[in-house]
Amino acid sequence: MHNQTVAQLARGLREKQFSSVEVTRHLLERIAGLDAQYNSFITTCEDAALASARAADDRLAAGDAGPLTGIPLAHKDIFCTSGVRTSCGSRMLDNFVPPYDATVVERLRDAGTVTLGKTNMDEFAMGSSNENSYYGAVKNPWDTNCVPGGSSGGSAAAVAAGLVPAASGTDTGGSIRQPAAFCGITGLKPTYGRISRLGMVAFASSLDQAGPMARTAEDCALLLEAMAGHDPRDSTSVNRPVPDYCADLDKPLEGLRIGLPREYFGEGLQAATGDCIQAALKELENQGASLVEVSLPNSHLTIPTYYIIAPAEASTNLSRYDGVRYGYRCDNPADLDDLYTRTREEGFGDEVKRRILVGTYALSAGYYDAYYRKAQQARRLIRDDFLACFEQVDVIAGPTTPGPAFGLGEKSDDPVAMYLEDVYTLAVNLAGLPGMSVPAGLVEGKPVGLQLIGRHFEEARLLNTAHRFQQATDWHTRAPSQGGNA
Amino acid sequence: MSDTSTKPSIDPDEIEKIATLARIRIAGDQVAGVTHRIADILAMVDTLQAADTTDVEPMANPLDAVQTLRADEVTETNRREAFQAIAPAVENGLYLVPKVIE
Amino acid sequence: MQWEPVIGLEVHLQLATRSKIFSGSPTTFGAEPNTQASAVDLAMPGMLPVLNEQAVRFAVMFGLGIGAEIGKRSVFDRKNYFYPDLPKGYQISQFSDPVVGRGHFEIQLEDGSSREIGITRAHLEEDAGKSLHEDFHGQTGIDLNRAGTPLLEIVSEPDLRNAAEAVAYLKALHSLVTYLGISDGNMAEGSMRCDINISLRPAGSDTLGTRAEIKNVNSFRFVEKAIQHEIDRQSDILDDGGQVVQETRLYDADRNETRPMRSKEVANDYRYFPEPDLLPVVLEDAWIEAVRETLPELPWEKRHRFANQYQLNDYDAGVLAASRPLADYFEAVARDAGDAKIAANWVQVELLGRLNRDERGIESCPVPATHLAQLIQRILDNSISGKIAKQVFEAMWAGEGDADTVIAARGLKQVSDTGELEAMVDQVIAGSAAQVEQYLAADEGKRKKLVGYFVGQVMKLSKGQANPQVVNELLARKLG
Repeated sequence: MHNQTVAQLARGLREKQFSSVEVTRHLLERIAGLDAQYNSFITTCEDAALASARAADDRLAAGDAGPLTGIPLAHKDIFCTSGVRTSCGSRMLDNFVPPYDATVVERLRDAGTVTLGKTNMDEFAMGSSNENSYYGAVKNPWDTNCVPGGSSGGSAAAVAAGLVPAASGTDTGGSIRQPAAFCGITGLKPTYGRISRLGMVAFASSLDQAGPMARTAEDCALLLEAMAGHDPRDSTSVNRPVPDYCADLDKPLEGLRIGLPREYFGEGLQAATGDCIQAALKELENQGASLVEVSLPNSHLTIPTYYIIAPAEASTNLSRYDGVRYGYRCDNPADLDDLYTRTREEGFGDEVKRRILVGTYALSAGYYDAYYRKAQQARRLIRDDFLACFEQVDVIAGPTTPGPAFGLGEKSDDPVAMYLEDVYTLAVNLAGLPGMSVPAGLVEGKPVGLQLIGRHFEEARLLNTAHRFQQATDWHTRAPSQGGNA
Repeated sequence: MSDTSTKPSIDPDEIEKIATLARIRIAGDQVAGVTHRIADILAMVDTLQAADTTDVEPMANPLDAVQTLRADEVTETNRREAFQAIAPAVENGLYLVPKVIE
Repeated sequence: MQWEPVIGLEVHLQLATRSKIFSGSPTTFGAEPNTQASAVDLAMPGMLPVLNEQAVRFAVMFGLGIGAEIGKRSVFDRKNYFYPDLPKGYQISQFSDPVVGRGHFEIQLEDGSSREIGITRAHLEEDAGKSLHEDFHGQTGIDLNRAGTPLLEIVSEPDLRNAAEAVAYLKALHSLVTYLGISDGNMAEGSMRCDINISLRPAGSDTLGTRAEIKNVNSFRFVEKAIQHEIDRQSDILDDGGQVVQETRLYDADRNETRPMRSKEVANDYRYFPEPDLLPVVLEDAWIEAVRETLPELPWEKRHRFANQYQLNDYDAGVLAASRPLADYFEAVARDAGDAKIAANWVQVELLGRLNRDERGIESCPVPATHLAQLIQRILDNSISGKIAKQVFEAMWAGEGDADTVIAARGLKQVSDTGELEAMVDQVIAGSAAQVEQYLAADEGKRKKLVGYFVGQVMKLSKGQANPQVVNELLARKLG
């Protein structure tokens, strides 16, 4: 049961092969029994999950069910959940129980899903390895000596380990796609503004976007349809109808033009990973797509641009954590300044503090033009590169990451080396485009991902491409052996 | 990627100034390590300086979208009890902080 | 040395919207602490701002009112600093692209002259909460009800030269914004707060001296006193050959002095950058024009109209047009009474005098315009004299009803009946033999003066109700 996809579970529920309570109980037992080795959950909510599973079963029995009614899933611990602790992987919010739900949580609950718990993550979504969590590192189910990727590492690991069929994630610079690639699952970062950010703890406002993480493109389509849509409480949410993302999943790929950016296949891409990507592209070509070499000439600006904009926005987004209204507060502050500086010293982890300092520096007097403004200009150049490519091609494809999951601790002492891991994913956030990672092979027993990038609001085309690929391949059905290969 | 010649000369004093602005205490024995790592990051991002961005308009939103306006209606109700139940220190409905000096 | 003060004002105006600028919380003044602070206002994690259309409309109304350029593409920025009454750790404000650009308007001075004052810009921003310094075991209490109330910050050019001009500017601004209905302008409740930038320079110089900023001065009177004090303080320093320190000071009304603010000692670096949770505000021409259509007659337009239409001098017209309710009151009285000059005189002298004495505003005036108009009609139709009218007015003020009711109840109607008056004139002449003799002996010129005595006696006898014209005619006839 735990290896079924969302679509399969939905069928089983409708056909009364099992009840939502049975699936929920089974998965909760798996989490209780197995998650000690992965650490993918921060919080589980057994009672609430069983209660909503029972309610879902009633709706199923009454014939009043939608496609997601009774489907268990998990939320990244960045989404506020009313009455359930929302830590964002930080000591700062270790005691934070929000009295409200994020729009994503609300929509998925309204669709009938059952929340099993909250998944582990890099603190405030800052990280590419899930080692920056107050609750400890997450282990990759394929190899527990390796990282699962980050920042949505808990969601990716939980899906890969068969603890949940799907989970929500957020992606500011690759935080859905990179862990999806490392854990051998399918993840989609939609167009900026497609899904409401309300109630999602902010990292970098102009880059953050929520999305689904699951085993298949079809599941991502089902989830995206429930998550997407205009939210008048988020000014950056786009008021545009939500298409039926499942409608075109099976459409043949004949005539699809796929662009391969020269810059994504050069130095830095590990050979074995490159081979997997080439094989995947060959499969798409076999299905009738044409492969076109394209160029994103400003790609070399991506990493510095991102690592100015994201920390700058984060540095002020995180100013609200001051020990006054909620969250962590240091003991016995001597005065107001002590309250602020010690609360923030003790409440934030090292990487978060580093990014706040870098962002503060980039915005401070005398540096604004050289850093932030310059980065916003470079950001336009980077986006315009993509828009130019999309005049020639329908989809851009390449590797999600330079290689498969790296070892725990391997890069945690070198922030810059860690940042370079995101080289292929960051630009998509800067440009606000939809991007996906699809399992595309194994390198030394560890998954690698094919990244697909689409035009703004063309999630359906990405899902179609990924789905057709998954109809012809079985990488997405592979599951790690229990306990990984360690 | 990081060429030491372009490394901005950020020193511990400047780090402490930035930390003061960001209201983050850095323990004395950690200033050197923090400075070192931040200098590395700044050296990396400094490669952007070489980019030609003449006449490029800064982009704040990838869709170049514009703001929508909300009707002037009261939609919120008093939820003080729920909000203050999760506050570190409150009294008589007020949030408490160490004495503020004007 | 003779020093010339150079003064610019920054006025923070709370806009009269129902809900806050970025959230759906109410903006009512005086609610229980933190009962009007929503998750957005409290900066709870994941909360986002959405811009209130009415706040933008009010700002644009102000801009159109002062003939300013309207920012068709304005941008909100974050102004970053830590303070317990600022929950997000930044204030959403407008820095480089404000909604209102350069404009100007005319102020009237006490001596009747007028001056044009430049407005540098006006921008939208959110108000902060309040720190309550009463003692909570040595701690400060924070009330965030006010956090997120829309503010329009109006920055003047340094065009003002003394305290009186600054006050005149503030009064004119107050008049404008209340005319526009974009703010209640209630200074006591903090709806209009003023920061004063002030520096001195040698008279005749055109360079600027070092300025001090005086924060949060909240009444016309305190603005005047704070400026006066600051001019004295700075000129003392300069006269002694010292230098003024650029700093932020607080005005202490109890001690009538300004002193430096301790909390602002650390140099601020606000790290302004475009607020990524909001998008640029783009205003279409049609929208702006639709707002223009809703503009009421502005104070100076009304003043000019009053002067022309009612033949009032500029000063009187200015007094009557200073506030919209007063102007409306005056116009109602003038219309119903049928004589604008007398109406203007009554409103300005009797009514405003009485209001001032009771420290009341026109809004709480106990005498409705219709009643005052009726009173004036009774003067005009000779039912009562001007003197009696003042009595009637006092009675109306005390709530004794409209003019006719008071006149009837108190029997104040003027006596014009010749028979009745003739008896009184006879009685006076009979009792004033000496004065009659004197009168008869006097020449024509002197007689005119002496007749006043007889008129006075008749008025006294009639308790002021005799029609003076009829009395004069009778006396002229009887005394020969």
